[in-house]
Amino acid sequence: MPELTYREAVRDALATAMRRDEDVFVMGEDIAEMGGSMGVTQGMLAEFGPERVRNTPISEMALVGAGIGAAMQGMRPVVEVMYEDFLTLSTEQLVNQAAKHRYMSGGQLKVPLTIRTQGGAGWSPGAQHAQQLEAWFVHIPGLKVVFPATPTDVRGLLFASIYDDNPVVFFEHRMLYGVKEEVPDELEPIELGKARIHREGEDVTVVAIGPLVHEALKAAEQAEGEGISVEVLDPRTLQPLDEEALIASVKKTNRCVVAHEAITRMGFGAEVAAVVQHGAFDWLDAPIERVGARFTPLPFAPVMEEWCVPHAEDVLAAIRKTLERDGD
Amino acid sequence: MARLEETGTLSREDLRECFREMLLIRRFEEKVEERFRAGELPGFLHVAIGQEAVAVGVCRALEEGDTIASTHRAHGHTLAKGTPPNELMAELYGKVEGCSHGYGGSMHLYDVARGNMGANAVVGGGLPAVTGAALAYKLRGEPHVAVAFFGDGATNIGTFHESLNLAQLWRVPAVFVCENNHWAESTPARQHLPVTDMIDRARAFDMRAVKVDGQNVEAVYGATREALDHARSGNGPVFLDAETYRLVGHYVGDPQVYRDKEEVRRLRETEDPITKLRERLELSDEEFGEVDAEVTEIVEASVEFAKAGTDPAPEDALKNVYA
Repeated sequence: MPELTYREAVRDALATAMRRDEDVFVMGEDIAEMGGSMGVTQGMLAEFGPERVRNTPISEMALVGAGIGAAMQGMRPVVEVMYEDFLTLSTEQLVNQAAKHRYMSGGQLKVPLTIRTQGGAGWSPGAQHAQQLEAWFVHIPGLKVVFPATPTDVRGLLFASIYDDNPVVFFEHRMLYGVKEEVPDELEPIELGKARIHREGEDVTVVAIGPLVHEALKAAEQAEGEGISVEVLDPRTLQPLDEEALIASVKKTNRCVVAHEAITRMGFGAEVAAVVQHGAFDWLDAPIERVGARFTPLPFAPVMEEWCVPHAEDVLAAIRKTLERDGD
Repeated sequence: MARLEETGTLSREDLRECFREMLLIRRFEEKVEERFRAGELPGFLHVAIGQEAVAVGVCRALEEGDTIASTHRAHGHTLAKGTPPNELMAELYGKVEGCSHGYGGSMHLYDVARGNMGANAVVGGGLPAVTGAALAYKLRGEPHVAVAFFGDGATNIGTFHESLNLAQLWRVPAVFVCENNHWAESTPARQHLPVTDMIDRARAFDMRAVKVDGQNVEAVYGATREALDHARSGNGPVFLDAETYRLVGHYVGDPQVYRDKEEVRRLRETEDPITKLRERLELSDEEFGEVDAEVTEIVEASVEFAKAGTDPAPEDALKNVYA
């Protein structure tokens, strides 16, 4: 099995789809000669040419909207929005247009569009280049939302997203592009809506997404040393959500921590907590703990930034808290 | 269907057909106003009385496979693009038989099989997708043109500028039709437009821009034919500034407190595109009456069709969210 970085895995999914299907093309700011601000599309211009690897003006409304129009004509465009902070510029097109054309037309239209974007803290970009906004889009019926944490997942889920007949907002994380993982020889699409259990455990389930999957795995290692058995579950797609897997895991462990880098308040973890308490109320031995960023814009100074976003020790603290009640 | 090799003018027979279509749209919208005031139609409505020549002139010029995207003032475009009055009226009544099967309503009229990619209730919201549809035609080598309708009010929103910029940059086969009726809801052009000549806006993108009398269906048709030929030949998009008049309020029931009543009365006398075409065709009262009776009957029948239509089941609301 080859080992790929997260960045290479994204590129492989794009290139594989483009090799087999003329209807797939990519467009975005600085994605051609430069290969994208994160280097994801490097080399693709040479293979596919400027018609299918399209550099665009700084124009997020038109860029996302043009993707919608091409998708409604039956193509499968992949639009790169350089930073998810810039999704805010195209939110009208995503929320009012992409998400609703199928519905408003009474089922006449499909919008097979994939919006790739990335963000995340850990390198002091400040308040406008690192937000985690995935929860916004889970609130919009008609959109699917994916946030893979590993190379295998990002490859299989991106490919599946391109071939999904719905608009998919596909979140990547800046600090994960260098993460390596052995991936299957042949690209295997991963069905949207299926969770991945990274580590099985008995005492507590940590439901984590994005970079917090890796933080949760570190926390689980540490917890093991303390005699706590932690299950780490990554839903991978936030919409549709694998509720069944979440509930089954918590019914087994009786405790739950949710963890993401996004701000805790109204974050995706709030929805997970609601789903779990409703589906596994009688099995819960402790309140569900939430781990996320503090309620503030991301500051610039590294010491402040690091303090605001969650790390493995925050997940570990939450794990311990769910177990404290045992002596009550 | 008009042929490509035609020069852009319409025969008398074609013009009579335009007249019939414009009068059908007029009678349809008058009926819609009447049924709305009677409390039969849910939601709210925008009619385009006075702007019929733009809808008919543009849509008549289109070829099979060309597509349109419309606005919140969409009844005329929808009928002109070929949706039967029954299906449109059924949509306004929220029925399954409607052109959007009851999921859309007046501001979200779709008829994809007939090339209508949808009306949009967000001003300027549909323009980027028109650029994208045109990009798809270019990438696939298909001989189609995507056409956007929008008003002068939409030329102030970012999607307008971004869409025209991208369309011109990529030379995609699109035609942008500005129904320049001088009003953005209740706000007159002098309060929302810093340019005196609308086509300057398109020229800012180095886009071919053409001004046309939107009350003259023949002129609209001719200008659209030229624009379509230009776009279809790979020469890039065209902007059409169709000067027109909204002879009614922004929405049905709008008391138009912002507008001089005398001016509206004068415009109704001098700028009604149906009166103008009737004079151009020199239709006798009898000839007019025949056409009027025919289209009125179609409109009446559409109301009967809609009222007899099927209500969706409430839980059908959960369908069509995802493909």
